[in-house]
Amino acid sequence: MSGHSNWPEWIYVAVVICLLTYVGAEAWNVERIVEHTPAEAEVIKVTGQQWFWTFEHEDGTKEVGELHLKKGKPYKFEITAKDVNHSFNIHDYVVLQDAIVGRLNTVWFAPDKAGEYTIQCREYCGLLHYNMRATLYVEE
Amino acid sequence: MVLELAKPRPIWQIMFSTHHTDVGLLYTIMSIAFFFLGGALALGIRAELFLPGSQIIGDSMTFNRMFTVHGTTLIFLFLLPFASAVGNYFVPIMVRYKDMAYPKLNAIAFWMIPPGGALIWLGFADFSWYATPPYSAISAPGPAADMWIFGLKILGVSSVLGSINFVVTILKCKHPDLPLSKVPLLAWSFLSSSLIVLVAIPSFAAALVMLLTDRLGVTGFFDPAKGGDPIAYQHLFWFTFHPEVYVLVIPAIGMMYEIIPRFSRRPIFSQSSGIFAFVVLSIVGFSSWAHHMYATGMSFTEKTVFMVGTLAAAPASAMHVFNFIATMWGARMRFATPMMWSVGGIALFFSAGAGGVANAAMPFDFITHDSYWVVGHFHLFVMGTIAFGSIGFLYYMFPYITGRMYNETMGKIHFIMSFIGTVMVFFTQHVLGLYGMPRRVFDYMPLPEYIIMNQITSVGAMIIGASMALWLFNMLYSSAKGKEANMDDPWGLGGKYYYPHQAKTPHH
Ligand code: HEM
Ligand SMILES: [Cu+2]
Ligand SMILES: [Cu+2]
Repeated sequence: MSGHSNWPEWIYVAVVICLLTYVGAEAWNVERIVEHTPAEAEVIKVTGQQWFWTFEHEDGTKEVGELHLKKGKPYKFEITAKDVNHSFNIHDYVVLQDAIVGRLNTVWFAPDKAGEYTIQCREYCGLLHYNMRATLYVEE
Repeated sequence: MVLELAKPRPIWQIMFSTHHTDVGLLYTIMSIAFFFLGGALALGIRAELFLPGSQIIGDSMTFNRMFTVHGTTLIFLFLLPFASAVGNYFVPIMVRYKDMAYPKLNAIAFWMIPPGGALIWLGFADFSWYATPPYSAISAPGPAADMWIFGLKILGVSSVLGSINFVVTILKCKHPDLPLSKVPLLAWSFLSSSLIVLVAIPSFAAALVMLLTDRLGVTGFFDPAKGGDPIAYQHLFWFTFHPEVYVLVIPAIGMMYEIIPRFSRRPIFSQSSGIFAFVVLSIVGFSSWAHHMYATGMSFTEKTVFMVGTLAAAPASAMHVFNFIATMWGARMRFATPMMWSVGGIALFFSAGAGGVANAAMPFDFITHDSYWVVGHFHLFVMGTIAFGSIGFLYYMFPYITGRMYNETMGKIHFIMSFIGTVMVFFTQHVLGLYGMPRRVFDYMPLPEYIIMNQITSVGAMIIGASMALWLFNMLYSSAKGKEANMDDPWGLGGKYYYPHQAKTPHH
């Protein structure tokens, strides 16, 4: 319609589509791998509420505001919330999953380095959202 | 010609007018006023975050209310009404009709905005611009929350009325000699964004009513204790608001389609590819809403579908960038203020889009989601692209509105400071997000990396603030004392500044 040939634009669009396809395929593949939870993973029940975290181990012991785990072992978090939505986040291990009232979301990880890490809330949940933190201790 | 200030009329004549240029003027003034109000809140937020701990804001609740009203104001009371301002001035002229299709409806749509804005500002709610339940239903303090819900309801209706008017004006009132394919891209942008509004808004409108009745305790749509589902709200919300981001960005792209060819002194590279990209974006834009919800516990398949839907919308945006660059390639450009804002806006649009693609890639989103990265991402659009396009366009309309020229040097300083500030603020916020700083926080851990990056961000924000003060001065001073504009060719481009100039306004 514009009266001149438009092939540079079509080549450009084709290149963009190729790049996007590559990003999409790579993302699909990585996500597929990281979502595969190992069968032997130990379950930790995580509950978020205004404005603290509670953790329950498989043997029934509970911790509030801190979580002690063993290095090199896989863990599966079963996450929920009591009052309003929160989001469970260990940024150093790219663990992020919303804590939703009435739902059980799962995510797994295996800490590979001993030390102290921050657990924080990533979903706005009111007055003290900014301070809704806990500490993860990874022990040898 | 419209020389609003050279030939002063009593203010009530403008206020009670239904003529499209008068309604356009009202939209312009009101949206710019809200731009400064919302911007002031942003400066407060950045001052508070300059250092960890509490600085100038005593408590986190006030802080939470500030970022909520900041976001709500700039999206619903600045960006959208400013687009309507431009549409009101230009769409009837571009389709060669005497006014909007329904002038009274047009004025009503405008006059719904002040009460909506008043409810939002007087209430000062705290649940962030997306008001997710259960928090918004059971925990957010009223009456602020209820006022926000009513305010948004009113603004939504206003937006639907305005959109109907644009669609009818373009499709039904267009001059019979003017084929739709020859309608300028700026008018096309209003056609596509208005059609998106009509399809997208109803789901949020429903969600707002359900949220309100949940708050009143008579229903439990979003309350699991009563058999409801909080995730349902998020779907209804994002079904409206992912497409809505295109409602915001498409008119800004349309404004650039007016400015870039004009200041490059040649026609747009491809009118048909511009139209094609608008239409594709309006359709494909509906396939990606749940990319905001990867972390809510969606299945792998759901996430994949919405990732593909998101990526599918990107080529259409990339086509606009190509069209702009091809138009400017080898052209005799004139970098007057409106052109600088447009070109700067396109550069930021491109970087913002690249960040969007990264977000859409699901494993990466688990690093960036609800962190400062997201704040940086969408501000490169809302500030870097849409506000830049709009500010540039207001400079472009300035002679048309006032009959006078703004001060060019001040306009350029305004652009340079804002561009530097924008890069400082929003690029740094991406990095802050990668370091794990959550968004919507009143305070942060005193890590050295957090502190230095927050300081860069806050200084950048103050630079933007200072440049906007200069802009305000330039507009006020020049509209009274600026030199008279040459209305045939205010920038000496050799062509004709024809659209605005042709507007004869027999006030009816
Ligand atoms: C066209 C203009 C655009 C605007 C105005 C815009 C605006 C926004 C806004 C406001 C948010 C944050 C919402 C919130 O949580 O409060 C957001 C998030 C997001 N945007 Fe955009 N966006 C635009 C384009 C894009 C593009 C082109 C892509 C991808 C190709 C994209 C991908 C995303 C993704 C994946 C998120 C979710 C990030 C997260 O929360 O983790 N956006 N955008
Ligand atoms: Cu929180
Ligand atoms: Cu989106």
